[in-house]
Amino acid sequence: MSAIVAERLVREFKAVRAVDGIDLEVADGEIYGFLGPNGAGKSTTVHILTTLMPPTGGRAVVGGYDVVKDGPKVRELIGAALQEAALDPFLTGRDHIRLQASLHGLSRAERASRGNELLERVGLADAADRKVRTYSGGMKRRLDLALALLHRPSILFLDEPTTGLDPQSRNALWVEVARLAREDRVTVFLTTQYLEEADVLADRVGIIDHGRIVAEGTPTELKAEIGRPTVQVAPADPDEREAIVKTLDRFGSPVDAEPGRLAVRLDAGYDLADVVRALDADSLKVAHLELDEPSLDDVFLAKTGHRLEGQAEAQPEPVGA
Amino acid sequence: MTAAAQIAFLGRRAFLRSIRQPGQMAFALVFPLFFLFVVASGLDRAASLPGFPADSYVDFMFAIPFVHGALFTALNSGIELGRDIDTGFLNRLALTPARGIAIMLGNLAGGVALVLIQYCIYFAGGLLMGAHFEAGLLGVPVLFLLAALGAVAIGATAMTFALRSGSPEAVQGIFPLFFVGLFLSSMNMPRNLMENSWFQWIATVNPVSYLIEGLRSLVIVGWDPEALAIGFGVVLGAIVLALATSTHAFRARMTRT
Repeated sequence: MSAIVAERLVREFKAVRAVDGIDLEVADGEIYGFLGPNGAGKSTTVHILTTLMPPTGGRAVVGGYDVVKDGPKVRELIGAALQEAALDPFLTGRDHIRLQASLHGLSRAERASRGNELLERVGLADAADRKVRTYSGGMKRRLDLALALLHRPSILFLDEPTTGLDPQSRNALWVEVARLAREDRVTVFLTTQYLEEADVLADRVGIIDHGRIVAEGTPTELKAEIGRPTVQVAPADPDEREAIVKTLDRFGSPVDAEPGRLAVRLDAGYDLADVVRALDADSLKVAHLELDEPSLDDVFLAKTGHRLEGQAEAQPEPVGA
Repeated sequence: MTAAAQIAFLGRRAFLRSIRQPGQMAFALVFPLFFLFVVASGLDRAASLPGFPADSYVDFMFAIPFVHGALFTALNSGIELGRDIDTGFLNRLALTPARGIAIMLGNLAGGVALVLIQYCIYFAGGLLMGAHFEAGLLGVPVLFLLAALGAVAIGATAMTFALRSGSPEAVQGIFPLFFVGLFLSSMNMPRNLMENSWFQWIATVNPVSYLIEGLRSLVIVGWDPEALAIGFGVVLGAIVLALATSTHAFRARMTRT
C-alpha cells in the first residue's frame, strides 16, 4: 500500500493557486524529496497532507485515510516538523516532550521513557532541562524532530528541516532521517530547497514549481534524463589545444566550456578514465581535468527554464493566508 | 484522553510559560497594589461624602486590584495565544489529538491559576493597607471566584482578538480599550454619587460596573445577595458570549480537517 497518495490536489488562496493539480504517490518506507523554491507550493502541500488545511480540489490519502474525511485518523499516523520549529521559548525541551506526549495520550511511564530515549537520540539529553530560548537553531530543529516522533508515527513530514542550519547540524539531521527510514521503516516526506539534500537523502524526488510537479523520479533517473556527464579540460600548453580537441572528439560532442577550457559531453559507454587514458596515450598534458555530472539544478533548469539555486528569496508561499 | 485532562496539561503549560516571565508577572502583581495604595491614600476624604457606601476609601477600592489582576493576566492569555498562532505553535497543537475547546480553555486555565495566586497577594496587601473585609473567611473564596470568572470573560474576549488577528501585537493594542472600560465604570465612585449623567449612564450599561459592585459588596457590606447575583449573572453572561465568539473565531482559525 502507498503511504501517501495525492490526486489532482489543488489549493487556492483567493487569486493565488498555490497547489495546482498535484499527483504523487509515496511508497511505504520511502524518503520522498519535494524539491522547489520558496513559494512553489511545498509547504501548502504539506499542510494539506498533514490535515492542517483542507484542499480546495482533488483528494489526498495518507496512511490509507482521506485527509479531509478522516483527519483525526491521519493525525494518529503521522508526525510533522513544520517549516518553523514552533517551540515555546519559556518551556524546556523536557516540558515540550511532556506536553506533547501527554496530548498524544502516552502514559506517565511511557512519557518518561520515550522522552528520554528521543532526547538521547537527538543529542539533547544534556540540554533537556534548559529553556528552549537558550537553544541554537540546530538544537531547536532536533527537538522539533524528537517531538514529531514521540507517538511513533509511521509517516513523517519534514518541511524544510535544515533551512538555516550550519553544515554540521544539517549532516546530523540527515543521518537521523536516513536512519529512521532504513531502520524504523518510517516513510519520510521531506520538502527542501536544497539540491544536495534531495540528492543525498531522497529515494525519489518530485520537483515542484508554481504549484505543479514538473518532474519526478530517483535523483539518478532525473539526472540521466537530461544528459550524459561532461569532461572539461584545461590544456597545459596552449599549442596543444587543437590536438586535445581532436582527442576529446573521439568520446563525444563538444559543448560550451569555461574560458581557456575545452569540454565534451561523453557518449554512452565512455567515462572519465577513457579520456585520461587517451590523453596520456597521445602525450598531451593538461593543467586541469574535471568531470561534471548533471545536477538536480540542471534538471530543474531543463524542466522549468530557470535555476533553483538563488531562488530561495523568491515569493513567499501564502500558507495560512 | 478526556478534554479535562487535555485542559490540565495545556493549563500547566500556560502557567509555566507565565511564571517564567518575571517582568510580566511583576507588573501584574505590583501595579494593582500600587494603584490601590496611591488612589486610596489620595482620595481617602471621598469616604466622607454624604451617601458614600464605605467607611474608608481603601475599603471601597479593595476590589479593584482583583479586576486589574484579572485584566492584565487575561490579556496576557490572549497575547500568548496570538504568539502561538504567530509562531506556529498552534499548528503543533493542532497535530495532536487535543480538542479545540481544550486548547482554548487550557490557555484560560493557566491564566486563572495565576490570578488565584495573585489574588492571595492582593488580599493580603489590601488588609495591610487597612481594608476591612466584611464577608469574613467564607467570603474570600467567593471574592476569588467572582474575580476569576471576570478573568475568564476578559481572557476569552482577548482570545477572540488573538484568533481573529493572529497577532500578539493586535491583542496588546486592545489593552487601552479595556482600561478605558474600567475607568468608565463604578470603579472610582458609586454610581448613585456620579453627578455627570452621561458618565453615570455609561457606568450603568458597562458590565464591568456589576463585576466591581459584586466584588465590592463582599468587602463593604458582607453578604449582599442582589449585588452578588447581578455580579455573577453579568459575568457568566459575558463568559458565555465571549466563549461563543472565541469558539467561532477558533473554528475559523484552526482549519484542520
